[in-house]
Amino acid sequence: MCSPFPERPDRRRASRLFRFSLLVCVLAAALPAAKTSAAPPPELRICADPNNLPFSNDRLEGFENKIARLVARDLGATVRYTWWAQRRGFFRNTLKARECDLVMGIPVGLEMALATRPYYRSTYVWLARRSRAPIHSFDDPRLEKLRIGVQMVGNDYANTPPAHALMRRGLISNVVGFTLYGDYSKPNPPARIVEAVANGSVDVALVWGPLAGYFARKASVPLTLIPAAPPPDLPGFPFVYDIAAGVRRGDTALRDQIDAALARHRAEIDRILDDYGVPRVPAPPPGGAGRTAVSARMGGSP
Amino acid sequence: MEDAPNRSAVLSGPSGRLRRSLFPFILIPILAAWISGCRRSAPSPGASVPPPHSAPSAGGTALPSAIPFAEPDESQWIRPARDYASSRYSTLDQINTETVRNLKVAFTFSTGVSKGHEAAPLVVNGTMYIVTPYPNYLYALDLTKPGAPAKWVYKPKTLPSAQGVACCDVVNRGAAYDRGRVFFNTLDDQTVAVDAETGKEVWRTRVGDINHGESMTMAPLVVKGKVLVGNSGGEFGVRGWLTALDADSGKVVWRAWSTGPDKEVLIGPRFKPFYASDKGTDLGMTSWPGDLWKIGGGTVWGWVSYDPQLDLIYYGTSNPGPWNPDQRPGDNKWTAAVIARSPDDGQAVWAYQMSPHDLYDYDGVNENVLLDLPIGGRMRKTLLRADRDGFFYVIDRTSGEVLSANPFAYVTTRTGVDLATGRPKEVEELKPQVGRTVRGICPAAPGGKDWQPMAFSPRTGLVYIPHNHLCQDEEGVQANYIEGTPFVGANVKMYAAPGGHRGEFTAWDPVAGKPVWKIKEKFPAWSGALATAGDVVFYGTMDGWFQAVHARTGEVLWRFKTGSGIIGQPITYRGPDGKQYVAILSGVGGWSGAIVSNNLDPRDGTAALGFVNAMGDLPSATTAGGMLYVFALP
Repeated sequence: MCSPFPERPDRRRASRLFRFSLLVCVLAAALPAAKTSAAPPPELRICADPNNLPFSNDRLEGFENKIARLVARDLGATVRYTWWAQRRGFFRNTLKARECDLVMGIPVGLEMALATRPYYRSTYVWLARRSRAPIHSFDDPRLEKLRIGVQMVGNDYANTPPAHALMRRGLISNVVGFTLYGDYSKPNPPARIVEAVANGSVDVALVWGPLAGYFARKASVPLTLIPAAPPPDLPGFPFVYDIAAGVRRGDTALRDQIDAALARHRAEIDRILDDYGVPRVPAPPPGGAGRTAVSARMGGSP
Repeated sequence: MEDAPNRSAVLSGPSGRLRRSLFPFILIPILAAWISGCRRSAPSPGASVPPPHSAPSAGGTALPSAIPFAEPDESQWIRPARDYASSRYSTLDQINTETVRNLKVAFTFSTGVSKGHEAAPLVVNGTMYIVTPYPNYLYALDLTKPGAPAKWVYKPKTLPSAQGVACCDVVNRGAAYDRGRVFFNTLDDQTVAVDAETGKEVWRTRVGDINHGESMTMAPLVVKGKVLVGNSGGEFGVRGWLTALDADSGKVVWRAWSTGPDKEVLIGPRFKPFYASDKGTDLGMTSWPGDLWKIGGGTVWGWVSYDPQLDLIYYGTSNPGPWNPDQRPGDNKWTAAVIARSPDDGQAVWAYQMSPHDLYDYDGVNENVLLDLPIGGRMRKTLLRADRDGFFYVIDRTSGEVLSANPFAYVTTRTGVDLATGRPKEVEELKPQVGRTVRGICPAAPGGKDWQPMAFSPRTGLVYIPHNHLCQDEEGVQANYIEGTPFVGANVKMYAAPGGHRGEFTAWDPVAGKPVWKIKEKFPAWSGALATAGDVVFYGTMDGWFQAVHARTGEVLWRFKTGSGIIGQPITYRGPDGKQYVAILSGVGGWSGAIVSNNLDPRDGTAALGFVNAMGDLPSATTAGGMLYVFALP
């Protein structure tokens, strides 16, 4: 568990830290309480997907990689990654197996981890070529005639909220499912749905905002993102999610440190998210609705 | 769905309900629970149990139930289920209702792997073969030497990434032996042939792609020089198949897909299903909207049986996925079905869907036991299956006609099976819909019985079924994420069915269609069963007890506490010294045991697809660790 896996660009520095981290490991094993002490960790151990842009990859090209580095620098630590596909079993094999202490980019409310305060809020979007008249509603009659791409998760009633909304409307035979798992031998498997919009194999797709925003910028044709307003018949099905970092449940000391670091770098984090085309939704006014207004920064293609 | 630990991370369910469902397990002292768990529900000891096979036929002659193609050699156990009929019955009787109380450990062997051990050991020519969970080591133990030392270990170099990319748990259900070779599957989709003598690899063939979420956990069956293997991963949108490989070369001879056009499902002129709704062209496509069949599930991760007289193989397909039921109107053929095929070319002969348009994750992969039974006064060639849906099916294996279907487990979702149409009678109010609360779905997703195989004794005419006793509620909406993408699903929590126990071991009369006795188990009975001519039946419990019960009364005659919970399959053989041995792998895990083998958080009731809610007390009852135990009389 305590084998070193330093962030690649810091290889030289890492060898020095390796010796130190080994010592920390030994101490941590002997004194479990030391782990939750308030002292900044010399090394921030993060579990992430090695092949899932725009979020993360093992070349550290994802925006979660960048935000993690920002947080680590603030805490005077270096980042050490354990790579694991973000699928079923991710938390079991990573955070709970103590392979790491931090996972970036989890939806607030996830029971498997203790969340920090959210550092961004995004939404599912309608994604289409700009040449097409935009779709704004699940009740748009044109949907019956279009090929609609949507991301699928699994059975047992778990699915992306837009998949549930389409199903409710009987939009079935013209729906094209893209598994979030995709083909793991290809780069960034969930991105296939954006490529399908760009190459015209689907007319419109419902995609999680960060994925759509990033790959829309790289698409060969101009694409438009429109926030997908939750249909009124699906109360309790969020289309907008607060995204935070997660630590092991009970690890409040680390959670507080990460929280403080995130707060200190609010502006830089926003710049990183802008750089990656992540569409954002402002926080709702206290007690108010306002969950569907999307930030003006939300970009389409360049 | 196959074993699937840690599927869900969720918003908290209402804590009141969680407390309610865990309440009985917390309060009852472990000892008391264990004692009550071992109490037979019926009949009482000494009660006379009429031998069920002695019912006179129309002509007045008793027609005994029979295993039509038994394996005569008692010194061997060469297939996962011992014989092609999948009886898991041995004619050995040194260990019997009188002597079993003296059973002692003869030797043990640690596998060095701590995930769930579901495999049956094989015994061939004085050697025992064991396949472990990932990383799928194959051990050969020398039974001719004291303590059965290892002769060799074969390590297939299974890809470590398979653990993260595979859909399901990392279990393996065992190997098969044929003509000097041991065949088994690896988690990363390789079928391997190993020389049984030397441990050297003869061939290996990659038959699936782990990068698509496809994995392999099932035990092969070798029929007429063909190694029959199937895939896992329906939840990932894997399209299911059964594949035949040439046993000598490892080359693929044929592949039968579970969904799609007839030419890919290998449906041709020989295909004559019994029921009208299974007749038609390309139903594997047309019973789905659009192209959904392309990622439609129907994987083949269970068992294969073979009838050498009819020259047909039989196997079941998994639930449809990754689509929710409302997204896939239609029967979704050929998922959750049992299919009969020719082993030579894979051509289908008949198929029957237990769960057309599956609503509850009722896979159809459970084992098919091929017996000749006296039904309606004459011997019928039957296929027996205790299905996930909680019903015990007796099917004519020549035609696919359902002769009877009776609930062996606690069922609320169906009132029966319409024998005229073959279709289940589903209960409207219990049909799940996201956002709507549905309580009291029984059986829960792991079914009345999951993969854990039953055994049959021709001496009693009874089938011995290890199974579950679980219900589930679905309510509200839970948040989760995969690959950085948040999504929602029903908040699923499982709990004990009425009575408070979570498992049962049932002796079932397949002719009369009713139980003869039942043993209540605290935890789901997740191990296989073994029947013997000594009228002793063996199985293991998830808290680690390996026990022998009286085949006619269910009286617990002997038990031994192994190091970990048992989800393996017991076998028996006559050793080189002439003595009868009984072997079992101990090592908790799998879907039900993931809370121990994977350190799931008992506070997260919906982990392992809601199974953790029902298993919160398992970590205090057992710990992980793979170990072989072999027993014999002194």
